[in-house]
Amino acid sequence: MTDLDTLERDLLAQVAGASDEAALDAVRVSALGKKGSVSDLLKTLGSMTPEERKARGPLINGLRDRVQGALGERREALAEAALEARLSAERVDVTLPVREAPETRGRIHPISQVIDEVTAIFADMGFSVAEGPDIETDELNFTALNFPPGHPAREMHDTFFLAPDHLGRRKVLRTHTSPVQIRTMRSQEPPIRVIIPGRTYRHDSDQTHTPMFHQVEGLVIDKAANIASLKWVLEEFCKAFFEVDAVKMRFRPSFFPFTEPSAEVDIQCSRKGGEIRFGEGEDWLEILGCGMVHPNVLRNCGLDPDSVQGFAFGVGLDRIAMLKYGMPDLRPFFEADVRWLDHYGFRPLDVPSLVGGLTG
Amino acid sequence: MKFTLSWLKDHLDTEAALDVIAETLTRIGLEVEGIEDKAAALRPYVIARVLTAEQHPNADRLRVCSVDAGDGQPVQVVCGAPNARAGMLSVFAPPGTYVPGKAITLSVGTIRGVESRGMLCSGAELGIGEDHDGILDLPEGSPVGTPYAVHAGLDDPVIEINLTPNRPDCTSVHGIARDLAATGIGTLKHAPLLPVHGEGLCPVTVDLALEPADRVLCPLFALRLVRGVTNGPSPAWMQARLRAIGLRPINALVDITNYVTFDRGRPLHVFDAAKVGGGLSVRRAQEGETLKALDGRTHTLNADIVVIADANGVESIAGIIGGEASGCDAGTTDVLIESALWDPANIAQSGRRLGVVTDARYRFERGVDPAFALSGLDLATCLVLDLCGGSPTQAVVAGAVPETERTIDFPWTEVRRLAGIELSRAEMTVTLESLGFHVAGSGDRVQVRTPSWRPDVEGKADLVEEIVRIAGLDRIEAKPLPRAGGVGKPLLTVIQKRTRAAKRALASRGLMEAVTWSFIPHDDAVLFGGGGADLVLANPIASELSDMRPSLVPGLLRAAQRNADRGFPDAALFEVGQCFATDAPEGQTIRATAVRRGGGTHLGGGRHWDGGPQVVDAFAAKADALALLTALGIPTGGLQVAAGGPAWLHPGRSGTLRFGPRTEIGWFGEVHPRVMKALDLKGTLVAFEIVLDALPLPKHKPTKAKPALALSDFQPLSRDFAFVVERAVPAGDLVKAALNAERKLIAGIDVFDLYEGAGIPEGSKSVAIAVRLQPVERTLTDAEIEAVSARIVAEVGRKTGATLRA
Repeated sequence: MTDLDTLERDLLAQVAGASDEAALDAVRVSALGKKGSVSDLLKTLGSMTPEERKARGPLINGLRDRVQGALGERREALAEAALEARLSAERVDVTLPVREAPETRGRIHPISQVIDEVTAIFADMGFSVAEGPDIETDELNFTALNFPPGHPAREMHDTFFLAPDHLGRRKVLRTHTSPVQIRTMRSQEPPIRVIIPGRTYRHDSDQTHTPMFHQVEGLVIDKAANIASLKWVLEEFCKAFFEVDAVKMRFRPSFFPFTEPSAEVDIQCSRKGGEIRFGEGEDWLEILGCGMVHPNVLRNCGLDPDSVQGFAFGVGLDRIAMLKYGMPDLRPFFEADVRWLDHYGFRPLDVPSLVGGLTG
Repeated sequence: MKFTLSWLKDHLDTEAALDVIAETLTRIGLEVEGIEDKAAALRPYVIARVLTAEQHPNADRLRVCSVDAGDGQPVQVVCGAPNARAGMLSVFAPPGTYVPGKAITLSVGTIRGVESRGMLCSGAELGIGEDHDGILDLPEGSPVGTPYAVHAGLDDPVIEINLTPNRPDCTSVHGIARDLAATGIGTLKHAPLLPVHGEGLCPVTVDLALEPADRVLCPLFALRLVRGVTNGPSPAWMQARLRAIGLRPINALVDITNYVTFDRGRPLHVFDAAKVGGGLSVRRAQEGETLKALDGRTHTLNADIVVIADANGVESIAGIIGGEASGCDAGTTDVLIESALWDPANIAQSGRRLGVVTDARYRFERGVDPAFALSGLDLATCLVLDLCGGSPTQAVVAGAVPETERTIDFPWTEVRRLAGIELSRAEMTVTLESLGFHVAGSGDRVQVRTPSWRPDVEGKADLVEEIVRIAGLDRIEAKPLPRAGGVGKPLLTVIQKRTRAAKRALASRGLMEAVTWSFIPHDDAVLFGGGGADLVLANPIASELSDMRPSLVPGLLRAAQRNADRGFPDAALFEVGQCFATDAPEGQTIRATAVRRGGGTHLGGGRHWDGGPQVVDAFAAKADALALLTALGIPTGGLQVAAGGPAWLHPGRSGTLRFGPRTEIGWFGEVHPRVMKALDLKGTLVAFEIVLDALPLPKHKPTKAKPALALSDFQPLSRDFAFVVERAVPAGDLVKAALNAERKLIAGIDVFDLYEGAGIPEGSKSVAIAVRLQPVERTLTDAEIEAVSARIVAEVGRKTGATLRA
């Protein structure tokens, strides 16, 4: 056994025996440090003859490499052991509850959600959104819409009045979104395609009527607007809104002062155990009113009924929300009960779109 | 409008079944609201003879009867009726029958030990009367074994239609029959109306005492006297029909007027001639005149109301209701029959003012057929002669039947243009003519004359409706509305997008969207800056829903408190909706508001293992407001936060958000204690409100490219400064001063500590800020950093009086 062998066995033993990073470093310094045993041997190479160096050089360098290698391996092993020890000490109780994220607690009211759904559907058919004030003149809410003063048709609307002004004129809370039809036709050139979602008011209160409710009105002024295309628009809307492949609709002639001809539309459905399903069944459920814009209304907007034509329709937003999402009673819509909002509301990021589907 | 099937068949010759008739009515716009078919419901009830009625062995008040229901197999029935007796004819229901008056289904029972196989019935049990004292006691000769409903004439289904206000012609059975006949399911019967040959003049004069301008109020008034009538009960068939549609038979004369009202849509009035003093005059009522009417109420009249008066005063309110004093009763022998025309608008207005709803008003305010006014008088006279006897005078007629028919120049192409359906001219002509229109001419345009009973048909569109409603809207095939080519363009306006985005943004902060009433209590409105006279409802549905809201906050505050009262104290609610400053369209704004209560913070309140309970404060509201502005893409660089806000906020714990002294966009903070008290609110409530209409509009940019990103190659560094400053100095001023000290290098400033107390002079506070410096050209030297620090300290000191904390 040469002195080199002895040194190597000694150093490797020290490496193996080092129990932590500091001890290992001490071994490294003692062997490979400036004055380390291996460093000292390497220094001797300079004063050797070429023959000697040729013989001893590989031996000493080999020793150094093996010691270095051993040091590295030992360091890795020590680090691994230290990590293991740390990991076994670092533990959290993952069953502890986290705070619920705000975006999962927040809710969008069904009315807003349904307006977004309706808007997405009609936008696809080229409708923009028009709006108007809740406080309307009698002229725009009634007269311009062909409700003559004193006509019994006005009584179909239980109107809220504001206090009369100094000239005795009384403004009203709009009883329907239809005055925005007038505003639109008076400010925009045909062709027109708008929907008009908004709040409406009638002096009425029971399980299915509240003094405030929501409507969406549609208005198309277009050469291609007739009952046939009106039917198509409404059928497309109902299919898309109720998310069914087919709906059966029934158009019944009816009367609205501002349309002629006028119709009410029923949709076929089944009712089983309080659940309403569309696209099946034998029951009829009234969901909207519609018709061709009355010639007098067109005239009141400065349009010639012989050359301009259009159709309009109105849907109760609260009503279609109830039908689609199953709320049995309208009144809680406006009571802001957090239990109701939590249950019937929608998550903030459930934004309806046609691309992704109205509902998830 | 109600009528019975047999009544309809008086006017319509048809083989169609009831369900076909009902479907057809709905299909042509006379929506069937309901059909009541008593015969179907009462089918099991048969006429039966009580053979024996023995005392029940175990009960004093019960009898054991043997009943023959017509099949020769007597059944045993235990009966508790006091009038049950052997030999009587009554109505029997076998086991399994549903009893409408008791809402039970019969079964074979044992009553006090005696078996009973069915029931003998009272009218009340059948749901056709109110006689609870005993079982039906039918006259001898009633056919045993026959269904009772058939025998009693109850086998006449009652149809109710939901009549739209434009169809006065269908306030009559005849008009409904005409509409049905037009569909081809039957033929309209034209019963000839025989003119009445009156003897002599009507002795009662009629004076239309109206100014020429008022003539429209009563274009026609016709009157006839029938002497020597006997006014007993009307015949059973008439009573049955009137009862079936919900009217109470009174006496023959009154029943006749009601009958003609429904049969022909022609309201009439009858006066007892003996009770009328002198001639009749039609005039405006005098202010304060009164009439005790047939509804038993005394009505106070005014000059807008037209009346029929005699020497005794007002006898009848025109077109609405008659007076009690001149009404017909059993003692009436001479009757005056009135048939008149009244102004629909005036009748509607008077009826509303008086609050009287009658079948006459219902028809007159919609418009009765003027051409039938005199025929109606004759029809009523004939009925009086038939049912009550007597001899008529000639009619006295004041005024004249107005000409109401109009001619419409009608191009057939209108049907295709408006309805999108191609129908043959032959079909369209038949439809119009069967509805009573007269079609003249040939070719592409025809002249269509409207019938006198259709005041609603004014123009071409109305004719299109007539044609397509009879053809059936289901025959019109849906046809796509052409779409614009290419990809759809954005359609929402800025405020529409912001309204939608605001809702999503606020919901993402854990807030629940509420939709609260647009009207709030007056006192609430006043507290929140509203309550103006122009925004008060004249007819609120409830006193606490009286004023248009000036702000969303009061509604949400009350909602939060309601939730708290129910055991949910940590409500976090928002609303995005309309508020009203004036009654003009410009006075209406869209606002976004959130209210947080108690532990309803952004992180979720309440107790949690990871930290104590959190309570909302003004900063919770501020955070919501700023998050909303950021979500809406509003640049907040120029945003100022000024201390204080509207009067409903705590003056020391609120702030106003603005872009300048005149461009306030919203406010936030804790609710003022006085408002808390006034609204009876408990706990801690904070709110913010942002007026979405007040936000700056986005600048139009020629390109969507974002500004170039300039990244520095040099390490940023941070320096901390702790300043001592007077307590009243806002931290915001301090930060602003520091920023102004070195605009080029300072990348941001955070306030990381706020301290008052030991070590700090009374009345002062310590504000610690971390200033982030971002070198742009080269790494800063120590000397340069020192120089920047010195400038910051000097500038902050100069602007705020702050000194570096020792």
